[in-house]
Formats: sequence, structure tokens, C-alpha cells
Amino acid sequence: MLQRISTYLYLRPKLVLGLLLGPPLIYMLVVYIGSLFNLLVNSFYYLEPFTGMVVREFTLSTYARVFEPANLEILSRTTVMAIAVTFADAIIAFPLAYYIARFASPRLKTWLIIGVTIPLWSSYLVRVYAWKLILAKEGILSWFIDLLGLTRVLDWLLGIPSIGGSSLALSPIGMFIVFAYIWLPYMILPIQTALERVPHSLVEASSDLGAKPFMTFRSVILPLAFPGVVAGSIFTFSLTLGDFIIPLSLGNSKFFVGQAVYSYQGTAGDIPLAAAMTMGPVIIMIIYLLIARRLGAFDAL
Amino acid sequence: MQSLFFKRRVKSPMTNSSLPAIKFDKVSRHFGDVRAVDQADIEIRDGEFFSLLGPSGSGKTTCLRMIAGFDRPTSGSIFLYGQNVSNLPPYERDVNTVFQDYALFPHMTVADNIAYGLMVKKVSKPERMKRVDEMLELVQLSGFGGRKPSQLSGGQRQRVALARALINHPKVLLLDEPLGALDLKLRQQMQVELKAIQKRVGITFIFVTHDQEEALTMSDRIALFNLGKIEQVGTPSEIYEHPQSTFVAGFVGTSNLVHGEVAKRITGVAMTFSIRPEKIHLGSISEQVPSDSYTSDGTVRDVIYLGLYTRYHVELDGGGDLVVVEQNLRTTSMDVLKNKGQRTRLYWNKDHISRMRD
Amino acid sequence: MPSKSYSGQEASWGLKFAAFAGLIFLHFPILIIFLYTLTPDETTYTFPLPGITFKWFGIIFQRPDFWRAVTLSLQVALVATISALILGTLAAAAVYRSNFFGREAISFLLVLPIALPGIVTGIALRAAIGTFDIPFSFWTIVIGHATFCVVVVYNNVLARFRRMQGSLVEASMDLGANSFQTFWYIVFPNIATALLAGGMLAFALSFDEVIVTTFTAGQQTTLPIWIFSQLSRPRDRPVTNVAALFVMLITFLPIFFAQRLSASTSDTEGKSE
Repeated sequence: MLQRISTYLYLRPKLVLGLLLGPPLIYMLVVYIGSLFNLLVNSFYYLEPFTGMVVREFTLSTYARVFEPANLEILSRTTVMAIAVTFADAIIAFPLAYYIARFASPRLKTWLIIGVTIPLWSSYLVRVYAWKLILAKEGILSWFIDLLGLTRVLDWLLGIPSIGGSSLALSPIGMFIVFAYIWLPYMILPIQTALERVPHSLVEASSDLGAKPFMTFRSVILPLAFPGVVAGSIFTFSLTLGDFIIPLSLGNSKFFVGQAVYSYQGTAGDIPLAAAMTMGPVIIMIIYLLIARRLGAFDAL
Repeated sequence: MQSLFFKRRVKSPMTNSSLPAIKFDKVSRHFGDVRAVDQADIEIRDGEFFSLLGPSGSGKTTCLRMIAGFDRPTSGSIFLYGQNVSNLPPYERDVNTVFQDYALFPHMTVADNIAYGLMVKKVSKPERMKRVDEMLELVQLSGFGGRKPSQLSGGQRQRVALARALINHPKVLLLDEPLGALDLKLRQQMQVELKAIQKRVGITFIFVTHDQEEALTMSDRIALFNLGKIEQVGTPSEIYEHPQSTFVAGFVGTSNLVHGEVAKRITGVAMTFSIRPEKIHLGSISEQVPSDSYTSDGTVRDVIYLGLYTRYHVELDGGGDLVVVEQNLRTTSMDVLKNKGQRTRLYWNKDHISRMRD
Repeated sequence: MPSKSYSGQEASWGLKFAAFAGLIFLHFPILIIFLYTLTPDETTYTFPLPGITFKWFGIIFQRPDFWRAVTLSLQVALVATISALILGTLAAAAVYRSNFFGREAISFLLVLPIALPGIVTGIALRAAIGTFDIPFSFWTIVIGHATFCVVVVYNNVLARFRRMQGSLVEASMDLGANSFQTFWYIVFPNIATALLAGGMLAFALSFDEVIVTTFTAGQQTTLPIWIFSQLSRPRDRPVTNVAALFVMLITFLPIFFAQRLSASTSDTEGKSE
């Protein structure tokens, strides 16, 4: 019996391809692409404020609400945070990526890459939680700052209106630290990959030509590693734009996009507004990806 | 040990020597616009060592894959002892293959690799083990059954691949450039061994190679492929001594091709013919030419001493040139080099020329 | 993977310091979790710890809400992983064996759920659930998780297919095995470790996922959602510490083994060449 089925299928390779591809393709198209499309459709509906029901009629009024000052402020606040986090990650990631790519022995390198990959895969939530412990008012970081006698500097920082807060654990500064921490591996790996592709002969050629190490670094290595930085920034930027766990856990009352989407759909049940709001990061990401492609970042992915 | 093997062969009811082992009836295989095999007709006899010879991309491997069942003809039919197998999957054809890269299953031991064909046919375990031992002995690998393929040398893997394919007693064994990956010495040794094994088991072997010397040494007959078409089928001596096309004359050994005016002057007929360099006698200018020979006078332009033999480039009077090879049976390099610039009379038996189709 | 850029030179002290500072930054917070499971302090996160106690490990056993969340998460991760294994392997096999138009599009489609911000996937599924009046259930969580787990299995299995000798399948059929026997005796043993590695990563990914889950879970509480609620509204803080440690271990072990598995198979293949 099996033999007969096997032969039937063997003589029909196109049917086999269809059978193999069918389930995953249908699943992804129906569940995922279908949902995304439905999301887009929903963003053109609106919520009737009195009944609290979604009205399924085409309207641009929901998008008009996205452009209200409060929501625009949320979008810009999130974008600024994403940019800041991206820069910070590029600066922290570069030395480690550079060391892994150029100086670590093959054996050490394997372990270093595992060392970078494991936080990438391991519990995101728990790592956010760990920072809650570290940044708490009476936590380890405050203790350390106190030990250095810098408590007054910290208090001053927390007193700055737009980035401060009651403690590190409840302030944009804290969020910034945690964002930078959480997405750091996403920046290290593409930079390391890009640096691996810089032929060592090029570096030697540069130093043969009399360039000082710093000049070699600036004029040879940095430009060649740049696509890696851009590739990494796609992740750090996109992930910061879409996250709501960190703002909810560590933020103050000022919303970020993810948080706004979460709360619009949750408490208010306003799925159209949440959908329209989501289009913000989607459009920002598309623009970002187009720029990144022109900068050659896709080769480094 | 081998008696069992032979007994099975004799008992096998399907092997009817009056039918060709493999017959191609106008077989074509096209990949898009590429005609990998174009209108091929072949008959391979029972018990033959048959080679498919040709440069890469000439269609010989595609033919082999169609016999094995990995590929199916775009048109035409393939018969295995009279049965049309064109549309049977590989596992329903009584044909086994030795792959170019051996394709040994890396997760199985040598013994399990060899027993695989019996295992999927649900042959009992004691019987399987007995026959694996026979096969290991046949390929001189007794005691290697417990190893993994990765622990074997190239030559040993080759033997395992052979044993694995032979254990099923296929009606036809296909070998896809099986010696390509081996070094020269091992390759020559394996050529002899393969031939001996074929004699012993009496199975039809179909051997794909791009190495003309290998084909000439091992085969009973050869089919020469070029650009998806079969140029010539024949015994090694037929192919070598009477190539029918310029491609065959050039691909197998070296040939002098003589065209047009020059050919007409020598033979009296306007045609293209080939003549092997070693068939030409390099005589002195006054020598008497036998009546059954063609002849032409010329001047030796170049002498290349190659140890075993010497190669002469002779410019013919009235245009054209021929390469002549003579063995250095009694001559030294000093002797042969004196011939440079000398006038010479060349002649050769009329039977030794082959008229070209094209 | 031998590195062609490896210079064998010594790095400057400044670079070494910056590199290892980066590495410590990556791992230090994880150690903090271990430390805080031992704090006797119930209301704050005081450092240095006021003392050391092991009682929270005992107390967590008496928390049914925690164990319900663990059970749900394990069930979801298991079913999502199995679905991802099936769908991912099918897609990898299809892309590997044929050169059809749109192979790139398939890879892109599968990567999309982890490339786009999680909130997009989350709200999209939430909107679909709302539009079609689908009741929240175990299955809504699983369907959400499967979308982003498929790609992990797909990548692992496809990479293994590409390293596998293509003639093995032909050899098996040539020796008389039909397609099903060939899959069982030849293909499956050769991709088994890739399936294991991909499956473990998918499991870890699902077990830990919170963003998409908050949109598809309704009133159900998976372990990450349980922890998340502890993050924003802390209650019994030290119990959360132990729970966090627990999650860390459950996700860390599969990831670690998956890494080792991928590394060791490529090692042995290198040797046999």
C-alpha cells in the first residue's frame, strides 16, 4: 500500500512539492498575512465612542486621531528613544565585535559567540526583570553609586524633567539602559559578521603604507564594518519601536508606541486606533529599511 | 563462498540472454531548451561490460540516471530485459548504482550500508549477515563491517559502495565515474579488480566515464556520446581503429585527419579520413611501397623524443601534414634526432584509414 | 569556522577592557537573579542583601497560580514546537528539493514574524480574533506562537539538508527503499539533530514569549504573563525571583544544548572530509 502511494507520488514531483509546501504556506498566508491585512483594514474602521463598538465602515477619522498632538508626541518620543538606543548599542557592541572578529583565538571565539548568543535567546522577560532589581531605588546600582559618592549626580540626573523620574527603575534613563542592554546582542553579531569579511591583508596593506593603527581603523575598518552597524541597527531600532514590556515595567506615565497600542486595544477595546497606531512603526521601519538597503546593510545580515 | 552467488544468478528466471539487458528506443531527455539526450538508441547485451564515454555534459550521465530511474525520458522508452521500465521508480527496477561520490549512508556502519537493500526488502537478519560477509569478502574488506564510512579510505569506500550495490543481485549494475576520485595508482588497480569482479558475478555492468583510456581498458563495448547524441557504438578496437566521425577520431586517442585536396591526392577520392599516427610507416625516400598501401612523400619538420616512442611532424609535398609515431625499439634519442629535416616516404595499409561520416 | 581575518595579534588593553566590559554587561544581570532568590527581604530590592534564606524555593511550591502558569506555558510550548517542527520541516524540504519560482519569497514570509516588531504580529492576531469573533483559547496562543517558531526549525533543517549529500536519497531508492522507507531510514536520521536543535530553540522561544501572547491569551496566564504581572504590580517579590530563575533554567538548557548540537555536528562533518 505504502509502496503504491510512494510510486504514485514519485512520478508526480509537482504534486509532492504542493503537498510539502501547502501546509506551511497556507498556514502563514492565512494566519499571518491574513491577520496583517485584516489589521490594515481595521485601521480604516472606527470606534463609536458612546457604544464602545467598532463600526465597520471606511473612514480616515481613525488616522486623524493618530495625528492628534498626544499621539504624535508618543511617536516622536519612541523614535527618539529608538535612535538613542541604537547609537548606544553601536558604541558598546563595536569593541566586543571587533575583538571577536580580529583578535580572539578560534577557540575563544566559539565561546565568545556562544556568550553573545545565549542572552539573545534566553528569557527576555527575566532579563528585563533583572534590571528592575538592579535599578531599584534601594538596589545594587544605587548602592554602587553611593559607594562612589555620586548620589548627588544621580539625583541631579533624575531631576531633569524629560528623562528623570522618581528612581532609575521608573525613569526614561532606566528604560534607555534596559533597552540598550536587551538588544545589544542583535548589534554585536552583524558587526562581527561584517568585520569577519574585512580581509586581513587589507589591514596589513594599510599599515604597510605607513598608516598608524588608529588611521587604519578609521579609514579601513570602520567604513567596511559600517554595513554591519546598519544591519544591527535595523534590529535595535525596530525592536525598540515595538516594545511595550520595558516601558510598562520601567517607564513613568508617558506612553511609548507599543504601550499605547497595548492600552488602546486592551482597556478601551479600540482596535482601529491600535491598528492605525501600529502603522506608525511599520511605516518608520519601511523607510528605515529602504535607507539601510541603500547603505548596503542587507549583505551583512 | 561465491557458490551461493553463482547459484542465484543461474536460478534467476528473468535473465534471458536472448533479450538485451538494456534497450533505448529513441530516448530523449530535455531540460527546458537543453537537449541533454537526443533520440538515443542503444542495445546493451546481457553480461556485457558496457561503457558510456564522452566529455562532461555529453548526456552519458543523464542516460545512466534514466536507466537507474532518477530521471525519466521526455520521450522514447527504456527496456530492461524486455520490460518497459521508463516510468518505474528506482526502487522498482532491478538495477543498482555505484555513485560517483559513493553516497554511503554516514550514520550507518559498513555492514549496515551493505545490508541496506536486503533490510528494506525484509530479508531475515541471519541471512542478511551471512550475505554481508560474502560481499565483504568479495570486495576484500572482511573485518571492516563494524566501521563507519568516515573511518575508511577513498578506495575502501569505493569497495563498500560496490558491495552495497551488488548484494541485491541486480540485473544491471550502473557505475557513475566510480574511479574519478581515486589517485592514478589506485585507479589502475581498481580497474583490474572491477573487471575481475564483473567476470565473477556475471552481471551486466554499465560504466560511465570521461576517461577514454579507462573505457578502452575495461569495456567489452563502448558508446561514445557527444552533445546528447551517440556518435558511435563498438568494441574498443572498432572505436579506436575505425572511428566513424571526426569527434570520435579526436576524442579517443590521437588521429591525423586528412581533408579535401590532400585526401584526394593520396586516395584519389575527395573525402575526410583519419589515420592513426602509429599506423604510418616512416620510410626512406627511396623505399618500395607495398601495393595495398597509400603513400605520400614529405619532409620531417620536427622530431620529439618521448622515451617510449618518438613523434615526427612531417610536411607533405604539395601541402598538408601528418603526425607519425614510432616506437623506439632499437633507436636512441641521438638516432631519431638525426631525422629532422630529412626527406621521407610515408605509407600505410589501406585498411587502416577510416572514412569520416561528417 | 576558521577565520580568515584572525590576525593572531594581541589586542590593546583598551580594546580588551571594552570588549570584556561588554561581555560582562551582557551576563551580569543574569547573575543578579541568582543572588536575589536568596534575599529574605519581602518588600524591597535592598542591596546588599540583608541576609540569606532558601525559604522561597519552598514557598513557590505552594503557589498554585504559579504552577498553573508553568503548566500552561509548557503545554503551549510543546504544541507550538510540534507544529513548528512539522511546518518548518515541510517548508525546508520543499525549498531544498525543488528550484521553484519564489523560494526567496518563502524564506522572507517565514522570517517576517520575527523581523517585524512583536507588537505588529500581536495586534494583527488580536484584530483577527476580534474581527472574526474567535474566542480566546489555548489554541489562539499556540497559533500565535507557531507563526514565529516555524522559521527557527526551517532555518536549522534547511541548513542541514544543504550539508547532506544529495545522492543519499537516490542511493536509498536505488537499493529498493520507497519514499517512506527512505525518509525513515536515511533522511530522518540525518536531520534528527537539526530537528532537535530547531525544536529546542522553538521551545525556548515559545516558553518565553510575552508580547504576542498578551494579545492572544485573553484571560489565560502563561508563565511570562505571570512574571509580567509581577513586574508591573510586584507582590511576593522573592517568589518572582525564584520563578525568574526557573524560567532562566528552562530556556537556558535547551538553548545551550541546541548550540552545542549544531557546533558538534559540524565538527564531525569537518573531520570526515
